[in-house]
Amino acid sequence: MIRFVLRRLLAAAVLLLIVLTLAFAVVALAPGDPMAPTDPRIPPEQAERLRALYGLDQPLPVQYVRWLGAVVLHWDWGQSYRTGQPVAELLFDALPPTLLLAGAALLAQYLLGIGLGLLAASRPNSRLDLGVRVASLVVYALPTFWVGLMAVLVVAVGLGLAPAGGMTAAAAFELGPLAAALDVLAHLWLPALVLGLSMAGDIARYTRSSLIEFQATEAGRAARARGLSETRILLVHGLAHAAPRLLQLASVSAPLLLSGAVVAEVVFAWPGLGTATLVAIQSGDIPVVLAATAYGAVLVIAASLAADLLLTRLDPRISVE
Amino acid sequence: MRRSSLPASARTGAGILGLLALLAATAPLLAPFDPAEQLDAAESSRRPPLSSLLVVRTVDREPLLAERVTVDGDDLVLERRSGSLRVPLSSATNHGEEGIAERRRNWLGSDALGRDILSRLLHGSRVSLTIGLLAACLALTAGTLVGSCAAIGGRFVDQALMRTVDGLLCFPHLALVLLLAALYRPDTTLLVLLIGGTGWMGLARLVRAELLRLKQERFALAAAAAGRSPAGVLVRHLLPNATTPLLVDASLRVGACILVESALSFLGLGVQPPQPSWGSMIADGQSHLTTAWWIAAFPGLMVAAAVLGSSLLADGLSDRLAGLGDRGRVRRRSPWAIRTWLGVRAVEAKRRETQGESSW
Repeated sequence: MIRFVLRRLLAAAVLLLIVLTLAFAVVALAPGDPMAPTDPRIPPEQAERLRALYGLDQPLPVQYVRWLGAVVLHWDWGQSYRTGQPVAELLFDALPPTLLLAGAALLAQYLLGIGLGLLAASRPNSRLDLGVRVASLVVYALPTFWVGLMAVLVVAVGLGLAPAGGMTAAAAFELGPLAAALDVLAHLWLPALVLGLSMAGDIARYTRSSLIEFQATEAGRAARARGLSETRILLVHGLAHAAPRLLQLASVSAPLLLSGAVVAEVVFAWPGLGTATLVAIQSGDIPVVLAATAYGAVLVIAASLAADLLLTRLDPRISVE
Repeated sequence: MRRSSLPASARTGAGILGLLALLAATAPLLAPFDPAEQLDAAESSRRPPLSSLLVVRTVDREPLLAERVTVDGDDLVLERRSGSLRVPLSSATNHGEEGIAERRRNWLGSDALGRDILSRLLHGSRVSLTIGLLAACLALTAGTLVGSCAAIGGRFVDQALMRTVDGLLCFPHLALVLLLAALYRPDTTLLVLLIGGTGWMGLARLVRAELLRLKQERFALAAAAAGRSPAGVLVRHLLPNATTPLLVDASLRVGACILVESALSFLGLGVQPPQPSWGSMIADGQSHLTTAWWIAAFPGLMVAAAVLGSSLLADGLSDRLAGLGDRGRVRRRSPWAIRTWLGVRAVEAKRRETQGESSW
């Protein structure tokens, strides 16, 4: 087991190195000079000073080694071109909101998906079943950001059930810990639901087919023969059968969830990684963009690693070697 | 009567996609206005769906729009948002017997710059569908190529390609696409390359798995035993038999590419203005959400329709792949499959003959 974990960790590290190199290469080989003065009033010598300050006057391999060394040894991603703030600091503030949003969305998508899947599997080929199937297709087809905008319009502005954006109320710093948590929760539920919606359909379909498949297995027939109620067969035994596959789906959906988080953050003005990346992209703040890409890769790799490890715990039939 | 062999969902999906493609192809004929036309922007901006305005054309200035026009003495009185405006009757060129007859109707409303949403939707569908289709084609080609190489290229090639695919699969695509889109000025070609180039990995895996399975089937073994080269077996026997899963994936892929394109354009990193695309139209509507919901609402429905069409098509095709249409009919064999099947039968018959068994 430990060997398996180590091997997976090593593979993840290699993958991360590839991602970092690729990201650096893409930025370095791009046309144009990120330090080129956009304002003609900036004198050329000052631009040169800036270039020297950020080490851009060095040959590319030197830049690469320096950059990678700083990142690996000191977790130093350089300074933001825009604010001069250290990038690591900037993104450190943006990471928790994104993790919170993605985690809540993951929860929402599983709750919704498994619930709908159970409903559909309890009456296969009924109207309910058909309804769930059609709903899952429709929900997948709706662009997340559009659903977000419509949710803001109808739920937040129209019905007033949630704030229209942001993570905290303007006066949040005056609140006690409990009230502050509730405040964040009030801001969180709508974006998380919107973000979780697109994958919920897939999970519902997986759950349904797993549960129906389970009823035909020997374990399923044995459960029925022992006189267990339908609810218990589906909820306890069926879901245990479906769990490994559902967990695998989580590792597949991690990149999607993260991509979705970027657009959801923009729609809901959520102060996370996605918003930070977009601002950086729009202002040509290359170090931040590079670091944000790498953060995204780390998150995805970590999520898939976690899902794999959990899977081996959850399903004794999977051998680690 | 011979019925279509595709299930209803596939036919519905194909119908939706076909209709959208038709709308896109005939957009210049169908669109009531020029998608970039800004006629009297102050008056025409953010008009709700189905609303219409009278167009007053005069000799000495740009056309004017008004909700109502009355004649008062020698002047035309235009009732506008900004109050009433008097225009000399003599300068109006399109004032006839029954007053002003020319109307500009925005069936789906107008955006913040007074451009007609319906016209922009129709023209935008050309951009969005083209990028979605081309990117899907690119992904399909790349995925099939890599998957095929892995399946027939031997252990080393297989391992190398599949590890690369594994790596790329857990790469956050949007981050890469965002990075590239930020560094290069996005245009249609770059978008196709970006979206297609980041979407082929899942397909490569699927193709490889399918080909490895088919390789063990008797018709493939027979073809290989008959002396066909691995590439020959691949092209003549394996790939033709893998068309249905390929079609299913291609169909899903079109929808996925349209979604990615809309997300990129929404973030301002996709199709650049003034070219309309569904995603950028939604972005235009974001800042006017509470005052003019229709700017963002309709393009989103178009994206949803296109993606739903492609999902339905894929859903129906995979039902057929499972062997049954919607009436439980047994699937028909494709000409290719029949040929390989007959070939296997022939080889088997020959083997039995040589081994002294009775031939069938």
